[in-house]
Amino acid sequence: MARTVQAEPSRPQPAAGRYNAQAVRREERLVTAAVYTFLVLVSLPLAVGYGWLLLNSFSTELAHGVWPSGFTTRHWRFLFEPPSPYYPDLWRTTWNTLWLAVGMTITMVAVSTPTAYVLSRMKFRGRNAFLALTLVLHAFPGITLLIATYYVLRWLGLLNSIPGVFLVKAALMLPLGIWVMKGFYDGISWDVEMSALVDGASRIQTWYKVMLPQVLPGIASISIFSFIYGWSEYIYVITFIQDKNAWTLSSYINAIVGDFRFLDYGLLSATALFYIAPVLLFFIFTQKYLMRVTIGGTKGGS
Amino acid sequence: MSRSQKVALFVLFLPALIITVVFYVIPAVMTAAMSFTDMDFRLRWNFVGFATFARMFEDFLLPRILQNTIVYTFLTLAFFNVGLAVLLALVTSYVPERVGRVFQALWLLPRFTPPIVYGIIWMWILDPTRAGLLNGLLALTGARPVNWMTDYPMATIVVTNGIIGASFGMVIFYSAIKSIPRDYQWAALADGATWPQQVRYITLPLIRWPLLFVTAYQTLSLLTSYEYILIITGGGPYFATTVWSLYAYNMAFGGYFANYEFGYGAALSIVLVILGTVASIVYWRVFRFREMMAEPKIEVM
Repeated sequence: MARTVQAEPSRPQPAAGRYNAQAVRREERLVTAAVYTFLVLVSLPLAVGYGWLLLNSFSTELAHGVWPSGFTTRHWRFLFEPPSPYYPDLWRTTWNTLWLAVGMTITMVAVSTPTAYVLSRMKFRGRNAFLALTLVLHAFPGITLLIATYYVLRWLGLLNSIPGVFLVKAALMLPLGIWVMKGFYDGISWDVEMSALVDGASRIQTWYKVMLPQVLPGIASISIFSFIYGWSEYIYVITFIQDKNAWTLSSYINAIVGDFRFLDYGLLSATALFYIAPVLLFFIFTQKYLMRVTIGGTKGGS
Repeated sequence: MSRSQKVALFVLFLPALIITVVFYVIPAVMTAAMSFTDMDFRLRWNFVGFATFARMFEDFLLPRILQNTIVYTFLTLAFFNVGLAVLLALVTSYVPERVGRVFQALWLLPRFTPPIVYGIIWMWILDPTRAGLLNGLLALTGARPVNWMTDYPMATIVVTNGIIGASFGMVIFYSAIKSIPRDYQWAALADGATWPQQVRYITLPLIRWPLLFVTAYQTLSLLTSYEYILIITGGGPYFATTVWSLYAYNMAFGGYFANYEFGYGAALSIVLVILGTVASIVYWRVFRFREMMAEPKIEVM
C-alpha cells in the first residue's frame, strides 16, 4: 500500500509565535477533555452492568434499580440448597462446567501444538492445502453446521455428554489455535533445531525436547483462551445436552432465567456472579496472553 | 522425505485431521445432503429433491426474516462493529497507553463473559418495571416505565450485539493506528494540524485496509451469529428480532413453534453456508492470506 500523505494546500501555516502556540495548547486541552468525556460516558454502561452483578447479589433492595440498600447473603442460598427441587446439584453442575473447560483446553493444546509444528517446520504435499483449509475454516461460521453436528454427535453416541461438546467446540476453535501456535514456532530461529537434527535426534524428539520448551507462552495463551471459552459455552451446551446430570452452569442459569426472570434478580445476579468469577480472575491476571490471541487470531488484515 | 520423517508427520498431524474431518467437513457435507430431505425428529433420510428450497419461496415469514437480517446486520455494523470500534481505537490510542489498556480491557470483557451472564445484565438494564436500570432512572424524572424489548426490539439486539462486536474492530484498528510511523504525526504537528485534522487526513486514510477487512469479516459474523439474540429476546416479540440464522436454529431446535424440522432447517443453513464459503474465499483473495503461508526454511537445506 502506498503511504503518501499530501499536504493540503489550504492548510494553516506552521504555528509560530507566542499567540499561536497558546492557541494550539488550549485546543489540545479541549480535545483531551473531549476524548476523556467520551471514553468515560461510552464505557459507563458496561461498568455499571458488571458492578450491578456484585451490588445486587448482596443487597436486599436496589432503589431506582441502581442504589443498593441493606446487606444480605440470602441470594447466595443456592450454594447450599437448589432454588427449586427440579434443579440438579450445583456442585455437580460446576464440576461438569470445569470438565468442559479442562477437556477443551487439553484437546486444543494436544492437537494444535503438534499440528502447528508440522505446518511451520516441515514441507510435505498438502501442506498449503491444509493451511488454506484452516484459514478458510477460521472465517467460516461453524455455528451454521449445528443441525448436522447434532446428527454426527448422536451417531457417535456423544449427545448429552461433556466430551461431545468440547470436541465440537475445539474443532471450531482449532484453526485459530493452529495459527496462533504456528506464529510462535515461526518466531523461533531454526539453527537450534537444525543442530539437534544434525546430532541425530529424530523429528519427534526435536519437537518435544527442543521446540516445545520455547513455545510455552503460546501454549499458555491457547490454554487460557480455550479454558475461558469452554467454561462459558452456551449454545452447544443448550442444544446438545438435555440430561440434567450433564448440565453445565450455562444450562443451570438458563433454567433459572426461565423460572425466576422478573421475580428474583437477587438470585439471578448471584448465580451469574458465581459463574463469571473464574473468568474475571483469569481475565484480570492473564490479559497479556489473551491479547496475544485476540490479535494473533486476526492478523490477516492488519 | 525419509521413512522416519513420514512417521513423524503422520503422528503429529493425525489428531488435527481427524477432528477437522469429523466435526467440520462431515457436518458441512451432511448439511448439504440434509437440505434435500424432509428429516424430522425421527432423523430419517427421506430425499425430497428441491422441496425444502421451494418451501422457502412459499414461507410467508421469510421476507420479514430477510428484512430483519439486513437491517440488523447493517445497523450493528455501521454504528458499533465499525463505527464505535473506530472511535474507541482513536480515543484509546490518544490517551496514555496505560489508561487506554484499561478501557480496552473493559470493552473486551463482554467477549469473554459467559453469554447467559451477559444476557442477564441486559435483562436487568432493559427490565420493563422499575426494578430495571433504565426504567429506574426514568422513574426519577417521573416518566412511566417503558417496555424496551417489545417497544424497541431491533434497537435492543443491535445495541446488545454491537457492544460485544465493537471490541474486535477496536483491537485491530488500535494496532493499525499504533503502527503508523510517528514521523507523519510530527510533520502534521509542525504544520499546526490539530488532532481532529490529523485523524481526518492521516490516520483514517492509513487504516483503510483494516477498515475494509473488519467490515467484510464482521458482516459474515453478524449474518451467522444469533446466540445473544436467542438469549435476550428469543427472536421476539413475534418475529421482530428473528434473523435468518436464528430462524434456521429455531426450525430445528426451537421448542415453541416448529420442533425438529431438520430438513428445512438445514436448507436454511445451507444458504448461510454458501454465503460463508464465498465470503471466506473472497477474504482469501482480497486480503492476501497466501503471504502468510511462506515455505519453512529448514526443508530447503
